[in-house]
Amino acid sequence: MNLNLLKPNKENLNTFVTTGSTLILVGFFDFFTSTFLDLNFTRFLPGGLSFLTPIILGVIGLHLIRIEFSGNRLLDKINTNFNSSNFNAFLSLLVIFALIKYIPSILNWFIFDADFAGNTKQDCTSGGACWVFVKVWLNRFVYGMYPDAEQWRINTSFFMLFALVGASFFTPANLKKYLLIFLLFIYPTIGFKLISGGDFGLKFIETGAWGGLSLTFIVSAFALILCFPIGMFLALGRRSKLPAIRYSSIGFIELWRGVPLITVLFMSAVMFPMFLPDGTYVDKLIRVLVAITLFEAAYMAEVIRGGLQALPKGQYEAAKSLGMGYWRMHFLIVLPQALKLVIPGIANTFLALVKDTPLIFVVGLLELAGMVNLAKTNPEWLGMAMEGYVFAGLVFWVICYAMSRYSQNLEKKLSTER
Amino acid sequence: MSNKNKDLIPQVLTVLFIILVIIYFTINAQNNMGNRGISFGFGFLSQESSFDIAFSLIDYDGSYSYARAFLVGLLNTILVSVIGIFFATILGVTVGISRLSQNYLISKAAEWYVEIFRNIPLILQIFFWYFAALRALPLTIDSINFYDISFLNVKGWYVPRFIWTNFSLFFYSIVTAVILIFFLSKYAKKQRDDFGKQIPTLYISLGILLGLPFLTFLLGGVTLTFKIPELTQLSKTIYVYQGGVTIIPELISLALALSMYTATFIAENVRAGILGVNKGQKEAAASIGLTKGQILKLVVMPQALRIIIPPTTNQYLNLTKNSSLAAAIAYPDIVLVFAGTALMQTGRAIEIISITMLTYLSLSLSISLFMNWYNKKMAIKEK
Repeated sequence: MNLNLLKPNKENLNTFVTTGSTLILVGFFDFFTSTFLDLNFTRFLPGGLSFLTPIILGVIGLHLIRIEFSGNRLLDKINTNFNSSNFNAFLSLLVIFALIKYIPSILNWFIFDADFAGNTKQDCTSGGACWVFVKVWLNRFVYGMYPDAEQWRINTSFFMLFALVGASFFTPANLKKYLLIFLLFIYPTIGFKLISGGDFGLKFIETGAWGGLSLTFIVSAFALILCFPIGMFLALGRRSKLPAIRYSSIGFIELWRGVPLITVLFMSAVMFPMFLPDGTYVDKLIRVLVAITLFEAAYMAEVIRGGLQALPKGQYEAAKSLGMGYWRMHFLIVLPQALKLVIPGIANTFLALVKDTPLIFVVGLLELAGMVNLAKTNPEWLGMAMEGYVFAGLVFWVICYAMSRYSQNLEKKLSTER
Repeated sequence: MSNKNKDLIPQVLTVLFIILVIIYFTINAQNNMGNRGISFGFGFLSQESSFDIAFSLIDYDGSYSYARAFLVGLLNTILVSVIGIFFATILGVTVGISRLSQNYLISKAAEWYVEIFRNIPLILQIFFWYFAALRALPLTIDSINFYDISFLNVKGWYVPRFIWTNFSLFFYSIVTAVILIFFLSKYAKKQRDDFGKQIPTLYISLGILLGLPFLTFLLGGVTLTFKIPELTQLSKTIYVYQGGVTIIPELISLALALSMYTATFIAENVRAGILGVNKGQKEAAASIGLTKGQILKLVVMPQALRIIIPPTTNQYLNLTKNSSLAAAIAYPDIVLVFAGTALMQTGRAIEIISITMLTYLSLSLSISLFMNWYNKKMAIKEK
C-alpha cells in the first residue's frame, strides 16, 4: 500500500476522505464551541495558534480530500467549486467561518432582538434595532411634510402613472403612440398640478413641504422625461458637421460633465437668481429640476451619441439615397435604431439619476435620505441613525437593484437579437 | 437657396441665441449686484478670511486670505481623492479578480459586494459611516488600541507623527530614483529590441528605489523618528490624545464610502477587461512555450489593461467629483470651505461658484486629455 500524505490519490480514497473529513469536522467543532459556547479546547496552544486551529485543521483536511476524478460526484463538485487549491481551501474556510460568526448577530439585530411594537423610543428595550422609529416616521419618510389630509393627491397621481404604464402593455399597437404622448406630455402636467394644487378647489401646497420617497420619484421622473429630448438634440449637435453647432454642443456637454452635481445645485440655489431680473422668484423645486435636467442631459447626450456612432454607415447612406433630409433621416431611420441600441445605457443613466436625488438637500429639499437626517435629530428619537440609514439604504437598494437587473436583462435580450 | 446658406443659417441662429442669453444674464447680474452694492471682481480673494477650518494640510487660521482658504479646501479635496483612489483600486482589483474565481463562495461574495454597494446612493453610505458606524466607536478614554502605536475612538484616528530631519534630501533621492528607473527601462527596452538581451529591470529598479533613499539615511544625515500620540488629561473628565496626527472621522468616513462605492465600478471594469481577452490569445501564448507568469505579464495583462484603464480613469474622475459630497458631513473640502463658508461671508455668489466649477472642470478636462493621449498610445496599431 502506497500512502503518500502529500499527494492524496484515488487508490486510498476511503482513507483520505475519512481522515480529511474528520479533520474538517474537528475544525468546525472547535470553531463552534469557541464562538458560541465560549469553550476553547485548544486553549493549551499559544494564543495566535489556538485562534487559527480551525482554519489550519480545515485546510489540512481539505488538502487530504482533494482527489481528482475520484468517481464520487459530490466530492468532485466540492473539489472543483470550493477546494481547487490550498489557497482556495483557505479562502473558502475563511468565508464560511466569517458567515457563521457574523450572520447570527446581524440577524439578531435585524429581526430577533428588534422592537416592532410601540410608539415611542422607550418601547425599544430589547437591544436590537428599533423599527418603531421607522414605523412612527414612515409617513414622513414617504410624503415629507405634505399635509396628511392631502396625501391622497400624491397617491392618486402615482396610481395614475402605474395604471398608464400598465395599460401601455395592453393597448393595441396603433393607439400606443397616443398613449405615449399622453404619458410624456399631458400626464406630467396633470400630476404636477394635482400635487401642487392651487386650482380646481385643491389646496395649494408649496414645494418646501414636498419630501420623502415621493419627492425622489417626482424629481427623477421629471428629470428623466425632460433630459431625454435635450440629450437627444445635444447628441445630434455633437455629431453635426456645422462647426458652430458642434462646438457649442461639445462645450455644453463637457461643461456639465466636468463638474459635480452638488456644485450645479449650489449654482441653482445661489448663483442662478443673480442672473434673473430683480424680484423674479423661481420656485426652489423648479430650479433644482432645471439643474438636474441639464446635468443629466449632458450624460444622456453621451449615451445617445454612443448609439449613433454604433449604427452602421449604410443606414445613413440608404436614408440619404431615398432622398430624405436631415430631420427625416434622423427621426425615421437613425434615432429609432440608435435609441434601441442604447436602452441599457439610458437605464443606467436613470439609475445614476435616482441615486443622485438625495443631493437636493443642499437647497433644503428633503427626500428620503434627507428626511432620515431630519428625523434622527429629533430630540425624542436621538440615537436612531443606524435604523434610519439602514431603512433608507434598503429602500434605495431595492429600487436600484431592480432597475439594474431589468437593464441587464434588456442588455442580454437585445444582444442576442442581433 | 444655395447649400452654403442652408448651413450658415442654423449656425448664425445658434451663436446669436447664445450671445443673447449671455447678454441677458450679464445685464441682470449687473443690475442685481448694483442693487446690493457689490461689484464684480476677484479682489476679495486677498482679504482676510476670518474663519477657521477644522482640518488643514498647510498652515492656516482666520488671519489668512480667502485665496489661502481656497488652497486649503483644494488640498483637502485632493487628499481625500488620492486616499480614495488608492483604496478603491486595491479593493476594486481584488473584488474584480475574485468575481472570476473558480471558488463558488469567493465569486458569490464578490458579486454580492458589488451588487450591494453599487446600488445604494453614495451620499447615504457617507451618512451611514459618519452618523451611524463611526459614532458607535468608544470614547477617548476607552480607545481601541493598536499595539500602543495608534488609537481609534469617536473623535478620530490618532497615528504617530513622522519627524524628519533633512526631509528634502530624502525626497529628492526618491525623485532621482524614479528618473533613473525611467531611463533604465528605456535602455532595457532598447537592448531587448536591438540585441534581444534581457535585463532584469525589476530587481535593478527595486534596488535603486530602496538603495538611494537608504543612502541618504547613512550619508546624508537624514533621520526619522516617530512621535506616538499620548493620552493626556485636560480636566477631570476630558481626555485627549496629543502629539500624533489626528485623522478626523469626516475624512475616514468619506474615504471609506468613496473607496467602497467606487471599488464596485472598478471591479466591474477589471472583470470585463480580463474576460475581454480572447481565449485564443492565452492558448497561442501557451503553445509557443511561454510560462504562466509570462503569459499573464506579456499577453493577458497588456490587452486587459487596454480595456480596463479608460473606464477606470473615468471612475477616478467620478470619485474626485463625488468627493464634493464632503459638504454633507462637514469635511472641509473645496465645496464646503469655499462655496459654503466663504460664499456665506462674502456673498459673492458668481465669482465663488465660477471658481469652484472651473477648478473641477480643469481637473476633469486635464484627466480626460490624459486619457485621450493614453488611448491613442495604447490603441492597437494595425499594419
